[in-house]
Amino acid sequence: MISHHIPRVLSKLLIPLIMLFALYVQFHGDYGPGGGFQAGVIFGAGIILYALLFGLDQAKEVFRPRALEFFMAAGVLLYGGVGIAAIFAGGNFLAYSALAHDPTHGQHLGILLVELGVGTTVAAVMATIFFQFAGRGRTDD
Amino acid sequence: MIEGIWTLIGDDLPALQIAVPLLAATLCILVRRPMAAWSVAMVVAWSSFANAGVLLHRVLTTGTISYAEGGWPVPWGIELRIDLLNALVLLVVTGICAIVLLAAPRSIKAEIPRDKQYLFYATYLLCMTGLAGMTITGDAFNIFVFLEISSLSSYALISQGSTRRALTSAIQYLVMGTIGGTFILLGIGMLYMVTGTLNIVDLADQLALVGPNRTVLVAAACIAVGVGIKLAVFPLHIWLPNAYTYAPAIVTAFIAATSTKVAYYVLIRFAYSIFRINLTFDGTQPSAILMMLGIAAMFLGSLVAIFQDDIKRMLAYSSVAQIGYMVLGLSFANEYGLTGGLVHVFNHAVMKCGLFLVLACVLLRMRSTRLSAFEGLGRRMPLTFAAFVLGGLSLVGVPLTVGFVSKWYLVLGALEAGLWPVAVLILMSSILALVYIWRVVEVGYFKAPPEGADEITEAPVSMLLPTWILIGSTLVFGVWTSLSAGVASAAARMLIGGGS
Amino acid sequence: MIEWGLYNYWVVIFLMMTGLYVVIARGNLIKKIIGLNIFQVSVIMFYVSMGKVKGGTAPIEAAGFEVYSNPLPHVLMLTAIVVGVATTALALALVVRIKEAYGTIEEDEIRQIESNEDAS
Repeated sequence: MISHHIPRVLSKLLIPLIMLFALYVQFHGDYGPGGGFQAGVIFGAGIILYALLFGLDQAKEVFRPRALEFFMAAGVLLYGGVGIAAIFAGGNFLAYSALAHDPTHGQHLGILLVELGVGTTVAAVMATIFFQFAGRGRTDD
Repeated sequence: MIEGIWTLIGDDLPALQIAVPLLAATLCILVRRPMAAWSVAMVVAWSSFANAGVLLHRVLTTGTISYAEGGWPVPWGIELRIDLLNALVLLVVTGICAIVLLAAPRSIKAEIPRDKQYLFYATYLLCMTGLAGMTITGDAFNIFVFLEISSLSSYALISQGSTRRALTSAIQYLVMGTIGGTFILLGIGMLYMVTGTLNIVDLADQLALVGPNRTVLVAAACIAVGVGIKLAVFPLHIWLPNAYTYAPAIVTAFIAATSTKVAYYVLIRFAYSIFRINLTFDGTQPSAILMMLGIAAMFLGSLVAIFQDDIKRMLAYSSVAQIGYMVLGLSFANEYGLTGGLVHVFNHAVMKCGLFLVLACVLLRMRSTRLSAFEGLGRRMPLTFAAFVLGGLSLVGVPLTVGFVSKWYLVLGALEAGLWPVAVLILMSSILALVYIWRVVEVGYFKAPPEGADEITEAPVSMLLPTWILIGSTLVFGVWTSLSAGVASAAARMLIGGGS
Repeated sequence: MIEWGLYNYWVVIFLMMTGLYVVIARGNLIKKIIGLNIFQVSVIMFYVSMGKVKGGTAPIEAAGFEVYSNPLPHVLMLTAIVVGVATTALALALVVRIKEAYGTIEEDEIRQIESNEDAS
């Protein structure tokens, strides 16, 4: 069995930075390249790196599959919820301008929330796909 | 309070048609128990059906509905645009979705493991979202997005079949379907390059200003091929028999009645509303090609169907032939032909879905859909088999059934275009349909069940009910045609007249 | 005859035909999926290169720049990329299960197994 000491120590430094970078990309989508999908993929990559280095079972204990399934659904619900909230605030579906006291703030809030929803779903989906693929046909490691 | 909610959402029904099934799919994921997920799906599917009915009524009384998503005014933002053409197709799609869901719990119990059934309902609702979105959107790129949503969910649904052939059928469909979708994307890109807009109405106006242009011609070709793959017109239909045969029975019933119909709608929308003025779709080369492909599909599909042992596969090839009829109606490029094609969208959906639900019942009891499983079925499962016979008569085109209404309009379209040999061909292909339906009827009524066959009972009520709702509709709408043929001919008139 | 200013279209066509060739001519399912990806990337290149404005910078607001490339194709292609990712993930999941069910991912071997099954 190959010793994973050096990558594991390094990853304890790097994985938090990867996740922080994912959050940076998420919230700077308005002003630079970035946004929900990209951030979700980076966050998912962090989770996958953890699973690669520390083993699938430990990764599944940290990021429980049931919780990931919940976040997958919750992200889409957040997106749809913002759209429906816009309807109840009087505008059309996904009319962010109606969400706050003034249209610019409404747009800002709306985009932020939907991108958050997208990022959550994408991160959960990436992690779930990896866990599903890695979990098939496993023999002892 | 109901009044208050209605004033708030009454104008937003088009957006809710898409948003509610999408959110319900996530609810199905959150509630993990199969029956709870099924209940969510039922509530949403039937309310979407009701929504589609309300929208059709609105279009009939007040004209085309235009809804600006996000509040952005029309050519800049994404528009949901419902006219007579989409309203009819939307009604068909949501109706089939709702009715098939009645039969789903009993039918998937045998084919999908219990802990995955909630995912089945979630994927089913996602497919419905994609199909509904494709139907009512007024933005060309949005058509591509919803096309991919519905395609991906249908690949996942088809792969749930009980044999391992479901997996190879799903991947074959995936490869061909993705190539088709990417061609559509390419065509839309070329149109955007030439006009700078993606909104369908605006595209039509801008293309009229652009005039003859090779890029537009290539875009039309790319879109025609891409939509043709999804529509399964004759040479591009290769994915269809395997996908329909090896998918779970309920999934076949759902997809056979909806996905090719929506692809047909997209073809009409691009041909008439976008390319029309630029390429004068009035009976020249595209018509001739479509006509030949339609006739080839009619005959070859029916001929191959006659020699199939698996009845599900037989009905799949029969679907290829029926799609040939729809394409033939489009190729006539006159009002009767287009009416025939559109009314066949409604009629074929009802007929085929009913027939595939019959097969779902047979599969549930007999655990096989081969011809040998049908021996003596007329006596052992009388109601189910009677439904098959009636559906079969409709496929043949016997008067008083919906099949006759479609063939009537198609023959009139052929005669109006001055093509009486084609009218003769349409009638001849009905005889082929008679042959393959008679094979099954003969075995069901005139052959005794094999020795030592297990005692089987009639199919459960939860599956017989939707089967008979659909087969009954083939009789009801064969006589009372003002909903199907009335709306279809009004839509055809509107398209030919150049309105939108 | 060859317009060197339009080199982006040549790249798109080359990628597109490569992708289609791989899908049609290779029997290994993973290679087919790779070909499909190449084909989708070619269309993404088409849209993005179509959006470039001569003398324009990236479509991100920055001080000191007047001319920007068209941001709409970029946005459309974000969606197309996500669609490509989802299709690839689904296709790979199917390939994994086909390998478990048939023991092979070569298309001609799968066809052989299926026709043996039909014959018996």
